[in-house]
Amino acid sequence: MSLLEVRAVAKRFGGLQAVSDLTFGMADGEVLGLIGPNGAGKTTVFNLLSGFLAADAGEILFRGRSLRGLRPHQICHLGLTRTFQIVRPFPHLSVLENVKVGALARTASARDAAARARRVLEEIGLLAKAEVPAGELTLAERKRLELARALATEPVLLLLDEVMAGLTAAETERIVELVRAINRRGVAVLLIEHVMRAVMSLSERIIVLNYGERIAEGPPAVIANDPRVIEAYLGEEYVGAAQG
Amino acid sequence: MRWALSLALLVLVILPNFLGSYLLTVFIFIFFYAYLGQAWNLLGGYGGQISLGHAAFVGVGAYTSTYLSMTYKLSPWIGMFIGGAAAALLGGVIGYLGFRFGLRGFYFILLTVAFAEICRLIVSHLEPLGGALGLFITFTGNPWQFQFSDNRSYYYIALGMMLASVAIVGAVERSRMGAYLVAIREDEDASEALGVNAFATKLAAIVLSAFLTGMGGTFYANYLFSLQPNTAFGIPLSVEIILRPIVGGSGTLVGPILGSFILSPLAEVSRAYFARGGLSGVHLIIYGSLLIAVVLFFPRGAYPYLRGLLRRLPRRGAP
Repeated sequence: MSLLEVRAVAKRFGGLQAVSDLTFGMADGEVLGLIGPNGAGKTTVFNLLSGFLAADAGEILFRGRSLRGLRPHQICHLGLTRTFQIVRPFPHLSVLENVKVGALARTASARDAAARARRVLEEIGLLAKAEVPAGELTLAERKRLELARALATEPVLLLLDEVMAGLTAAETERIVELVRAINRRGVAVLLIEHVMRAVMSLSERIIVLNYGERIAEGPPAVIANDPRVIEAYLGEEYVGAAQG
Repeated sequence: MRWALSLALLVLVILPNFLGSYLLTVFIFIFFYAYLGQAWNLLGGYGGQISLGHAAFVGVGAYTSTYLSMTYKLSPWIGMFIGGAAAALLGGVIGYLGFRFGLRGFYFILLTVAFAEICRLIVSHLEPLGGALGLFITFTGNPWQFQFSDNRSYYYIALGMMLASVAIVGAVERSRMGAYLVAIREDEDASEALGVNAFATKLAAIVLSAFLTGMGGTFYANYLFSLQPNTAFGIPLSVEIILRPIVGGSGTLVGPILGSFILSPLAEVSRAYFARGGLSGVHLIIYGSLLIAVVLFFPRGAYPYLRGLLRRLPRRGAP
């Protein structure tokens, strides 16, 4: 049984078909990249998977269970947690309190949640900032906090929405290593990313969306050489990069 | 810190022996409004769901226990809990409607005001509840009927209620529900993504807040010996309730108490001062001005500001 099955899912906003007839699956522990030009419908897919939007048609199965009609918090408890493209820390709460909210999904005890949150912060490399209000963090730190909070809910499948956007090369590399470490523990990752180097090196498989439709799917090297993808999105220079 | 609190408590316990009846009354109102403010704080301060209709819960609680006492001779000590339950039920209805339909910000505020006004109008037209004239409690001095000839009894009851509200809201603050409420206040969607059932959490908060506020209604009725729909359900009372936590620092345990210790004396002094000059009502202008000043200069209230000052002091002294 696959971890995630998306079957013929569609979503329309007024006159805009944001996602049409999208079908794909994910296996346990897989890293899947979701790429495409701006407005291709990637974030809409995340909103559909995480319960922030309801699909007009189609079915989403997570661990064999339909997500139809479930609220975001219920989907989180099933083991599917998303991050937000525009980071949304709880600004007046400390970094530790932020992560604690995520940890409380798995324990009712505030003390236990704080201990779990500290462990996650240590792993993410934010423990030194535990007592700092989240509103005072740099963008790179906020991105890592977003990751830490999601991780504290102990997901089986983690949806990462552009966690590397706006970061320097060194910061991006740190996040790539973090995602790799998270995945090594068996957490499957669905990744929306514009940083091609990162998405190519992390993903086992990539799906390319354009105008809400899947135009290509396959291993990174194949995707980078697909003429449809190059035409829609990537640009000539990546052909050489993927081959090299 | 612990000994400072114990000392403050000791002072408050022996204080009535040194207070005249006027000052005793001032303290009773400080405690009572701190209690109501703390109950509001749970929903509005921690949860960020601003209610401007909390007087409705005072009114429902007050009328319930007073009606039961006058009609069935039920002790207000018991009626207090029934009044609290009735207020909690009303809170549940308001919360269900407001949160199920996703009302946020101004729209939720308007909903709470509307419910308070509806309650006021209904009670104004209910003859068994005294209509617009209200209910008047005859004084018997019977403690079982929540009546005391010595004002010090009211003082200790109000003090006890204030401390109980701190204990209850403090327990919530340290629990999962408290962490969830604050997360909802900060960013509801982000909290949902982290597994927070925002609807259920907000509903629980308004029910508990309404229950505590409704219990306060019994004290209100039996301390004032009368109940009128226009005052017990009125917007001025709702404003009184929310001013203290906002001035003191909403979303903190100390805020409502500090706010009450700031505002009540100020209201009393300005009321006494301006009434003597034949300018009754001017104290409300002073009040309004102070609120504007607080919002402008201490947008998060007096306590967070003071806490910030205290934290900076030792650092300034260090080399």
